[in-house]
Amino acid sequence: MLQQMSRAGAAWRSRRPASAAVWMVRLSWRQFRTQALVAYAALAVIAVILAITGPHLVHLYDATVAPCKTYGDCGIATTQFLANDHLLQAGLNSALLVLPALVGIFWGAPLVARELEAGTFRLAWTQSVTRTRWLAVKLGVVGLSGMVVTGLFSLMVTWWSSPFDRVNVARLSPAMFGERGLAPVGYAAFAFALGVIAGVVIRRTLPAMAATLAAFLGARLVMTYWVRPNLLTPLHITSALQTATGNAPPSLAGTNPADWVLSSQTINAAGQVIGQNGGIGPNGDVGFNVASNGTLTFLGVGRCPNRVQTAQTGAGAGSRVRGQHAAQAATQECIEKLHIRDVLTYQPASRYWAFQWYETAIFLGLALLLAGLCFWWIRRRLT
Amino acid sequence: MTAVLEARGLGKKYGRRRALSDCTLVIPAGHVAGLVGPNGAGKTTLLHLAVGLLQPTSGTIAVLGGRPAESPALLGRVGFVAQETPVYAALSVADHLRLGAWLNPGWDNDGAERRIEQLSLDPSQRAGKLSGGQRAQLALTLAIAKRPELLILDEPVASLDPLARREFLQHLMEAVAEHGLSVVLSSHLVADLERVCDYLIVLAASRVQVTGEVEELLATHYRLTGARRDPASLPAGQQVVQASHTDRQGTLIVRSEGPIHDPAWTVEQISLEDLVLAYMSQAGEADRVRRSGLGVVR
Repeated sequence: MLQQMSRAGAAWRSRRPASAAVWMVRLSWRQFRTQALVAYAALAVIAVILAITGPHLVHLYDATVAPCKTYGDCGIATTQFLANDHLLQAGLNSALLVLPALVGIFWGAPLVARELEAGTFRLAWTQSVTRTRWLAVKLGVVGLSGMVVTGLFSLMVTWWSSPFDRVNVARLSPAMFGERGLAPVGYAAFAFALGVIAGVVIRRTLPAMAATLAAFLGARLVMTYWVRPNLLTPLHITSALQTATGNAPPSLAGTNPADWVLSSQTINAAGQVIGQNGGIGPNGDVGFNVASNGTLTFLGVGRCPNRVQTAQTGAGAGSRVRGQHAAQAATQECIEKLHIRDVLTYQPASRYWAFQWYETAIFLGLALLLAGLCFWWIRRRLT
Repeated sequence: MTAVLEARGLGKKYGRRRALSDCTLVIPAGHVAGLVGPNGAGKTTLLHLAVGLLQPTSGTIAVLGGRPAESPALLGRVGFVAQETPVYAALSVADHLRLGAWLNPGWDNDGAERRIEQLSLDPSQRAGKLSGGQRAQLALTLAIAKRPELLILDEPVASLDPLARREFLQHLMEAVAEHGLSVVLSSHLVADLERVCDYLIVLAASRVQVTGEVEELLATHYRLTGARRDPASLPAGQQVVQASHTDRQGTLIVRSEGPIHDPAWTVEQISLEDLVLAYMSQAGEADRVRRSGLGVVR
């Protein structure tokens, strides 16, 4: 054993390059390799599972969903198709959702915190390597591994899910956006840097892990619900409120199902918001009433006198139906007269990749910022 | 000879707490210098400042003529064994040697392996499974194999049993003899230092109390016993380090460059331990006065 070591040692010295960074990389890898190998092994297992099930899904799609228009059974075909491998779909989506957080918690937070906790930083920082270089290499080796693992996993999930995504097209929606494409790589980089700075500042592994999780969740939520909708100016579609009863589902005229609808507001002639999602009133439940003289009143908006013929008593079923149709037509007329409109605010599906790039760039930028803070802290504050 | 460590007005505060104050100190090369003081005196702070793990809040410190940890080259010239001798629990002994080889251009691999063999450590053993003594020896091996000019050790034997303690110090002295290292070694036990040190720094109450070569210190300090009298009545050149007395009899520890011939005193040589204790209790006294003074102001 010792002789082996000796020979290896001589070999290291004879091959010693000018740059100590290479040796720092080897050390970082030595300390990190077990975790990295576990991650890559898990990825490999998942890859095998996906490689086995994936082609079958493509085949199923081609056989059932693609020709469904010909047979006129698209509703049933898509529902049945989406039910395939349901557990695996849900599992992959949630795994990709949490993977960046795991990178931050288990690779980022302990990176420096464990050294500080165990006191081994006193060993590491007194070798012939400045702590700046030490940190740079550690951030590089472990951080890039985290990004590569997340990126590969996202690639696999995106590929495997593509037949489903062709049916269930809302990939721009908050529920799916972070589980496909490039964005998870940005999340992983950010979560990792967040973990490292939490560890550097808090100096204890467990609290740093908890702080990383909380801060990462916070950042993702803020991004998803406040920042992302406004990254690109949303589009609007304004149309007359389409309602027969005053309580109808939102009108999605002009959008396609892949668009990300941010809001649907009902406005009056003056442009004031008087309701949401195709309704009128604060909860969409205050519709209108019809007085006995046939006057139609939209509460708080206006009225159309003598529009609706009141139902005649004793009329037959057919006449009642005709009466209902007439009432609906009269209501719609009144809406148009009062200029009640539905304003749909949305991000078109065509912006998907723009959003992916923006989001990735923002989180990578934040990660770099946090990494810079780590360097500053380790050189100035940990002294 | 040049100084391996030179501090001028060196101070370090953690928030408002003063860990080291106005420390001025020169340790010449070629010594095994012992840094002694009670727990919390600032020994670790001083040594961490010397290896660049800490930055001073005031004053300057130079090690081997440069600012500590200013460059990889200077880092390579200073070996450090930290308190409680931290090692990577998950890495094996051999991994630690690899780590040393990778991170230090001047690494003496043959020497390191020879030492591991002498210590009969199993290279494949995880460092977390080593005993305290073995761990300390591993840390010492790493520090020595760097081939430093200056080796700094922070309480390396504090947690070791007497046998491990003796072996550790023995290995340290062998390395010193072999490579001609300068050493700065801290301890709160004078007995450890007495065996190996030829230079002494007493640090107490976050200040340097006395420094000098051990032989010279022993030759210039005396215990005077006699009838009680005012310490201020001593001739110039004789400084009282510590005074204690009963009703009639007084005992003084005195530093004097010249011999003391006053027949009123019984003059004795003192041991290194007594010398250190005298300075430490003097510092404790001064510290108490300072603190109580602050208390009144508050």
